[in-house]
Amino acid sequence: MPHIDFNNNFPGIRGALAYRPETAKPLGELAQILLKDTVGLSPAERELIAMYVSHLNDCFYCGQSHGEIAVIYLGDNRQLVEDVRNDYKSAAISDKLKALLGVAAKVQQGGKHVTPQDIDVARSHGATDRDIHDTVLIAAAFCMFNRYVDGLDTLVPTDMELYAQRAKQVAEHGYGPHIYAGQQPL
Amino acid sequence: MAHIKIKKDIPGIRSLVNFRPETGKPLYALVQSLLRGVSSLTEAERELIAAYVSNRNDCTFCASSHAAAARYVYGEDKYLVDQVLEDMQQSAIGDKMKALLRIAGKVQLLGNKVLPEDIDAARAVGADDREIHDTVLIAATFCMFNRYVDGLASLTPKSKKTYETMGRHMVDNGYIFSYKVGMEL
Repeated sequence: MPHIDFNNNFPGIRGALAYRPETAKPLGELAQILLKDTVGLSPAERELIAMYVSHLNDCFYCGQSHGEIAVIYLGDNRQLVEDVRNDYKSAAISDKLKALLGVAAKVQQGGKHVTPQDIDVARSHGATDRDIHDTVLIAAAFCMFNRYVDGLDTLVPTDMELYAQRAKQVAEHGYGPHIYAGQQPL
Repeated sequence: MAHIKIKKDIPGIRSLVNFRPETGKPLYALVQSLLRGVSSLTEAERELIAAYVSNRNDCTFCASSHAAAARYVYGEDKYLVDQVLEDMQQSAIGDKMKALLRIAGKVQLLGNKVLPEDIDAARAVGADDREIHDTVLIAATFCMFNRYVDGLASLTPKSKKTYETMGRHMVDNGYIFSYKVGMEL
């Protein structure tokens, strides 16, 4: 049971967002820009970073949700998402994304953990300043979202099919008020 | 030196929202709503939660600027800010704030560290659901800002005076995004 009464039974972050629309609005706008932007990093790469940081933060709801969205973007390649979650260094992803996941993992530990060497490695594999910026901010933002979701002990569905249903909604319509206003996919 | 090419001489978060205004806008709207929006927690209390979490995350820029803002709004009681940053449990801050800061401290570690007992303890000294929600989200939000600011190695001024000016500005003007943000101060 959540730590506070959300006056709704929406799962995960959706319950918290619906409870407090004033803060939900900028949070939704931030997620939309960071995860749906197609310049530099693809939406699939962005979701993989979000999934991986959530996994490191032990946030099952976010890790599962963003993993399912990545599965859709990757043409149903669930194995690749699992490989990144379990050991991204040996996963079949680009060296650039591997280097950026390395930067994201440092951000998850704390901002000061990121070294000039980490950045140089990412650059040597073709990462631009904007890619590095977005990676750091996606990782930082999920250090927020994960804490918001678990810090209020939001509802975590145990039926895995529900994550796929909600992922489809986000893949098709993006982030924003529609994910917490009104009827949930299930 | 910052990890990416951002404008020189602009400190902390300002240099980053200047680099990427698309994300800067919702980031400023979020912090404005959380720290300046309608709430039964005072601006001083909310700035103190921000400073406390930033201090625990070892983010000098955020901790110094939000502590300066908190000192400015606490006025005569500004010594409370330094006491809380030094040793929150032993500080003279009220019981409700102590309970909320304990929750913020748990959030700083990780979301699942917050236990029903922590929530019960806050309720027992008068915290309501909305205050608990806002405390958790302020703490979580600063776990983002701190990582953003330090993860890109943005400029961290050293002078106490600079932070005093910044803190006053943050209280007098709020967190209003403009394309000129970062140029001020």
